[in-house]
Amino acid sequence: MSETRIEKPRSFQEIILRLQAYWAAKGCAVMQPYDMEVGAGTFHPATTLRSLGSKPWAAAYVQPSRRPTDGRYGENPNRLQHYYQYQVLIKPSPPDLQALYLGSLEAIGIDMELHDIRFVEDDWESPTLGAWGLGWEVWCDGMEVSQFTYFQQVGGHDCHPVSGELTYGLERLAMYVLGIDHVMDMPYNDPQAPIALKYGDVFRQTEQEYSRWNFDVANTEVLLKHFEEAEAECEAILAQEHEDPKTGRRIVMAHPAYDQCIKASHLFNLLDARGVISVTERQAYIGRVRALAKKCADAFVQTEAGGWTPESAA
Amino acid sequence: MPDLLIELFSEEIPARMQARAAEELKKRMTDGLVEAGLTYSGAAAFHTPRRLTLTVHGLLAESPMVREERKGPRVDAPEKAIEGFLRGAGLSRDQLEERDEKKGRVFYAVIEKSGRPAAGIVAEELEKIIRTFPWPKSMRWGAGSLRWVRPLHSILCVLSDEEGAAVVPLDIDGITAGDSTEGHRFMAPGRFSVRDFESYQTELKRRFVVLDAAERADAIWQEASNQAFASGLELVEDKGLLAEVAGLVEWPVVLMGEIGAEFLELPPEVLQTSMKEHQKFFSVKNPKTGRIERFVTVANRETKDNGATILAGNQKVLSARLSDAKFFWENDLRIAKQEKMQPWRDQLANVTFHAKLGSQAERIDRIAALAAEIAPALGADAELAAEAARIAKADLSSEMVYEFPELQGLMGRYYAEAAGFAPAVAAACEEHYSPLGPTDGVPEAKVSATVALADKLDTLTGFWAIDEKPTGSKDPFALRRAALGVIRILLEHKSVLPLQATFVKCHGLSEDVAADLLSFFHDRLKVHLRDEGVRHDVIDACLAMPGNDDLVSVVARARALSEVLGTEDGANLVQGFKRANNILTKEEEKDGVAYEFGADPKFAEAQEEVALFNALEAAKPKLDAANKAEDFASAMTTLATLRAPIDAFFEAVQVNTDNEVVRRNRLNLLSTIRSTVLQVADLTRIEA
Repeated sequence: MSETRIEKPRSFQEIILRLQAYWAAKGCAVMQPYDMEVGAGTFHPATTLRSLGSKPWAAAYVQPSRRPTDGRYGENPNRLQHYYQYQVLIKPSPPDLQALYLGSLEAIGIDMELHDIRFVEDDWESPTLGAWGLGWEVWCDGMEVSQFTYFQQVGGHDCHPVSGELTYGLERLAMYVLGIDHVMDMPYNDPQAPIALKYGDVFRQTEQEYSRWNFDVANTEVLLKHFEEAEAECEAILAQEHEDPKTGRRIVMAHPAYDQCIKASHLFNLLDARGVISVTERQAYIGRVRALAKKCADAFVQTEAGGWTPESAA
Repeated sequence: MPDLLIELFSEEIPARMQARAAEELKKRMTDGLVEAGLTYSGAAAFHTPRRLTLTVHGLLAESPMVREERKGPRVDAPEKAIEGFLRGAGLSRDQLEERDEKKGRVFYAVIEKSGRPAAGIVAEELEKIIRTFPWPKSMRWGAGSLRWVRPLHSILCVLSDEEGAAVVPLDIDGITAGDSTEGHRFMAPGRFSVRDFESYQTELKRRFVVLDAAERADAIWQEASNQAFASGLELVEDKGLLAEVAGLVEWPVVLMGEIGAEFLELPPEVLQTSMKEHQKFFSVKNPKTGRIERFVTVANRETKDNGATILAGNQKVLSARLSDAKFFWENDLRIAKQEKMQPWRDQLANVTFHAKLGSQAERIDRIAALAAEIAPALGADAELAAEAARIAKADLSSEMVYEFPELQGLMGRYYAEAAGFAPAVAAACEEHYSPLGPTDGVPEAKVSATVALADKLDTLTGFWAIDEKPTGSKDPFALRRAALGVIRILLEHKSVLPLQATFVKCHGLSEDVAADLLSFFHDRLKVHLRDEGVRHDVIDACLAMPGNDDLVSVVARARALSEVLGTEDGANLVQGFKRANNILTKEEEKDGVAYEFGADPKFAEAQEEVALFNALEAAKPKLDAANKAEDFASAMTTLATLRAPIDAFFEAVQVNTDNEVVRRNRLNLLSTIRSTVLQVADLTRIEA
């Protein structure tokens, strides 16, 4: 444990920057958010797809995440329909992953001498991704600050080697570290900056706008149509021959297909927030997205990043 | 005699799995040792979040030598037979002994297996145990293929005696056994070595690890009770939570905190559930008001600020959680008060109960109609029962129940009260789920009992209608429990409700399917009464009677029969009845006649015959009256009075005489015995 007291961060963005610096120093490729709407950092292909196959991988990134049903018009101190996750994925999971993780908490100013950190059983499962893993939610003084998972299966494929995944709910973690009670009151940039911005200055209005749209306005017929289209496009992409007739190269389009899978998943979340999906239909929709995710996973392991080699194919 | 110490050190083991895993480790290792010939004098297993530990003391240093003799073929047997024997024994020809036996000279193989040192056996067994450990869920990690509940980091395996201690050589997937372990993750990081269990336990404690879960639980309970008591408050007992919390810490530190005043108006059940489910907090209540005012959390470490930061953090998390709960509560109350819970009831139309049985709303309509119909049988007001049924499940759409499903029913009661529904309706919201299991009581209130009954009957008839019956151990819709609930409600409320007729009114059940469901009820009833000590043949004797779909009547009859069978007269009456029935059946078969004409006393020859005739005549009106009044006790007593005349009759009279007129008359008399007895219970089903 460190002897030198680490100075407390002063803003939301400083916590993000410190995490970026910490995991960069630990050898992760610091990536950028995926440019599509997703429900969680796990959906980023840098996690979902890269956790498949035998190739080693280490990535860390911020992922804006959307959960339409969690919208509260910016009024709830802790709930947002758009928020940030910090995601780390290392394959194979290193033996000291717990220690590395605890180091990251110290890096953002959590003093291990004063706090009570606990690993509480919480097995992770994503029915839409056909994925599951074992691990914990990590508690700091009773507050869930991260999700810690050893992936066992993704897209229906056993993970060999196993990836270790860390997910930090950034707003909640930052509020805790900064001692803020309402997310909208949290300093976004340095409070001493000439133009000091709070989280509410950046996001209150969008929370209101999206809450209204998510709950009451989004055109469900259009959403449903988009869902069907995304599903069809995903299937159509994956139905293509591996060999590209134009270039003559072997190009398996796992990523473009997976984009459509992500799209379908988000459209389902929007439909769910509009309350037009019954309990029985719910399972059916989730099953449809999972079927896409599995096919994308099947395709990815047929690519070089997914461990495919001409030799293995022969 | 050496002692063995094993510790399997891993990342955090889920609390709920620890105790069972420690026991498995002990059982598998000691079984394996004994199997290999290593006896021991004692063993104990321990668990913390990060370790499973086993100590075995007084172990044999090596397994005893084993001598085995095998008899082989005769010395003049074909070469092939001898070779086969040698292969099996693993010996060569010159190592065999020859012995003279009755049948000639025979080969013998004497195989001596020398003893093996304990270390080799322990290593072998431990590897086997680790590779096949029965975790409820296990995982792989890194690039390896070993499975454990969470990544396994180190194995401590030491054999020690007065001479010293030695590591048992063992390597599993790159984890090499040693003599060291770690202390508390934060308070005493770093590895240290141990020589035996004593030094292990002492050194652990110095490094802030209490090895024994029971000791941790006791310490938590003591300290928490003391802190509550010191504030004039009382800790709310929760054994399950205590065991769980003891499995989450190696060094328990109890901290008591306040619940914000703005949350004290929440129902105590909401506070308790929220704190327990989300935070694993104990509730601390004011014994005078019953209100929950504080919480106890258990940290895993001491800090230099005596837990102030930890407590403040926990308090803050609790406030956020309770803000949610309060938000739900206030929103829900508004809907309850202003809109009489109507929007929730409307929403239930969108909730599927079962794909083939429609929505919750449709189900509720059916339950309400049924409740009104059966209310008179329970002495409940039909209109009130129907209203209660329509309200009882509305809380399923409330935000609080969405968040805490285990509060269903209870929240319904609060909300129905707030909405101004009659107290009986509000009570039914909570009570209509009962009885949930054999230990859960039957609702006493008549309206609650009626809704409970209608709810369960709708479920049972519904699943029978779509042919989703329980099979073997599979009962996904808990239909056995529902049937037992119906039985208990009917019996405790002494409700006369003919089930067959009720079933066919639900889900358009055919008479056949309804009869099948009734026989399912009869099976459940047998199990239920057997637990009360009523024999199954006694129940069968009563179920064979008409009106067997009125369970109150069946049970009253069974109890009365059970009682009378316990008397000497009763037991002998069965014998007499069976004798009469056997003779009669045989003769009727032989003659091809049913002797149902009634006996005529004028053909009686013996005095005992006349006496029996008179006794049966005398019993008839009494039995008729008792049967009509369903007074089975009196019917049974009356039957029992027939024992003496029947016994006397058989003693004195030979039924099959040469005089055909007398014989037929006697057979007709036996027939009267049978018909008389069978009016009360089918004694043919009573086993000797």
